[in-house]
Amino acid sequence: MAMTRRQKQRLSRGLLYLLAVAIVALAVVGGDWERIGRVFFNVGVMRDMLPDVLTVAARNTLVYSVLSFGFGLVIALALALMRLSSVGPYRAFAIGYIELFRGLPALVTLILLAFGIPIAFDFRVPGGRVGAAVVGLSIVAGAYMAETIRGGIEAVPRGQREAARSLGMSENRTMFTIVLPQAFRIMIPPLTNEMVLLIKDTSLFFVIGSTPMTRELVKFARDFMQTRRNATPLTVIAIVYLLITLPLTYLVRRMERRTGRGR
Amino acid sequence: MNTPAIQIIDLHKYFGELEVLKGIDFEVAVGEVVCIVGPSGSGKSTLLRCVNRLEEPTSGTILIEGDDITDPDADVDRLRTRIGMVFQQFNLFPHLTVLDNVTIAQRKVLKRSEKESVEVARLVLDRVGVLDKIDEYPIRLSGGQQQRVAIARSLAMDPDMMLFDEPTSALDPELIGEVLDVMRKLAEDGMTMMVVTHEMTFAQEVADRVVFMDGGVVVEEGPPAEVLTNPKAERTRRFLRMVLEK
Repeated sequence: MAMTRRQKQRLSRGLLYLLAVAIVALAVVGGDWERIGRVFFNVGVMRDMLPDVLTVAARNTLVYSVLSFGFGLVIALALALMRLSSVGPYRAFAIGYIELFRGLPALVTLILLAFGIPIAFDFRVPGGRVGAAVVGLSIVAGAYMAETIRGGIEAVPRGQREAARSLGMSENRTMFTIVLPQAFRIMIPPLTNEMVLLIKDTSLFFVIGSTPMTRELVKFARDFMQTRRNATPLTVIAIVYLLITLPLTYLVRRMERRTGRGR
Repeated sequence: MNTPAIQIIDLHKYFGELEVLKGIDFEVAVGEVVCIVGPSGSGKSTLLRCVNRLEEPTSGTILIEGDDITDPDADVDRLRTRIGMVFQQFNLFPHLTVLDNVTIAQRKVLKRSEKESVEVARLVLDRVGVLDKIDEYPIRLSGGQQQRVAIARSLAMDPDMMLFDEPTSALDPELIGEVLDVMRKLAEDGMTMMVVTHEMTFAQEVADRVVFMDGGVVVEEGPPAEVLTNPKAERTRRFLRMVLEK
């Protein structure tokens, strides 16, 4: 019995639905919901995490993210300008830096700064290991954002630069008053993306060992999981992460729409 | 002897292997309006862009009121403030209002005060007839209005001469007139102008001298009545026939 293509399609889609329903039914009937609730949604554990999960851990995560983003942006801007420079060695340095720190896992850079450098040079970054980790993350973020900024600068039409230069503005003045303000507008979406990635990357700080007051969310959750033998802290910090990252992306989308009108 | 506003001596320009300017010599006197016409690819825009060194000449000398702008040690930024430039694509700064477009270089380059720069801006915007758009962003203006703001932006720097690079080529036909009117007024006020254009009527009426370029050389130059109505060179005649047939 030959089937038309449409009949075949309908059959395969029907089978998929059936499979999905079966999996859900199996989970509902066969899953140990009492246990899942106890391990992942333990109200007692949740209550004990408050208020420190917000006042210490979430706050630290935010502070580390903002600091790394700020320093990273400065590094990235310098790298992007070097990358676009007419001076060969500047360009070479920028390319080397960007390729190196984008190629390495961020964790390697963090460990290098937090442990490697202090051991090798007997040099301590202000803020101890956490300070070193912030510097490490800034270095990595700088490498990633440099390409974003370069892309933004190159997206500004050449005529803008020519108009500014023909009015007698120097190369630097043109860059900072005419090109970069327009470039940053183009870069808002990709830079927010970097910010969200950075917020999540602060979770890497848990490997460098921090004190109760300098813990970020993941380290905080891990400590709780160990003492309570329970996975609820993971659920809690997952919610906290989403509470930070989702409004951020929403806010930026709105900003984009507003500036989009001015263009 | 009067120093010419612009003096070009044996100018050559290569783009890679391609020679786009093959030894140009010419002068623009103070107060003179020179229109440069010719087929696309003849090098006329490149020539104009060499005058304020937006394009780097391969060899040759360009003197701006006697000062050598092609000298490697020349203060090009300083010299450029004496040379206004108007582009085919307007190139207004989209992130700034009309007022800021006209004041930014006054403040950052000429170091004028906020108050003085605004006064000058109002004056030049009034002169080109777009004072009522002073608080708008460029995107909200028609092409003709944008180009007039661009002219005002150059005028605000009190330039001694103006370069126009096909200023009406990107405009809808019904908007060309308002821009040409502003340029005509400028010419009447004695501004030194070097205009690359396809507007033959404008050249005929406003230019003191017309320069016909083709293949990177000046083929013919003279008063518009001579070059445009009674050309000597066969190439000029052929070009004019093609343009006027449109």
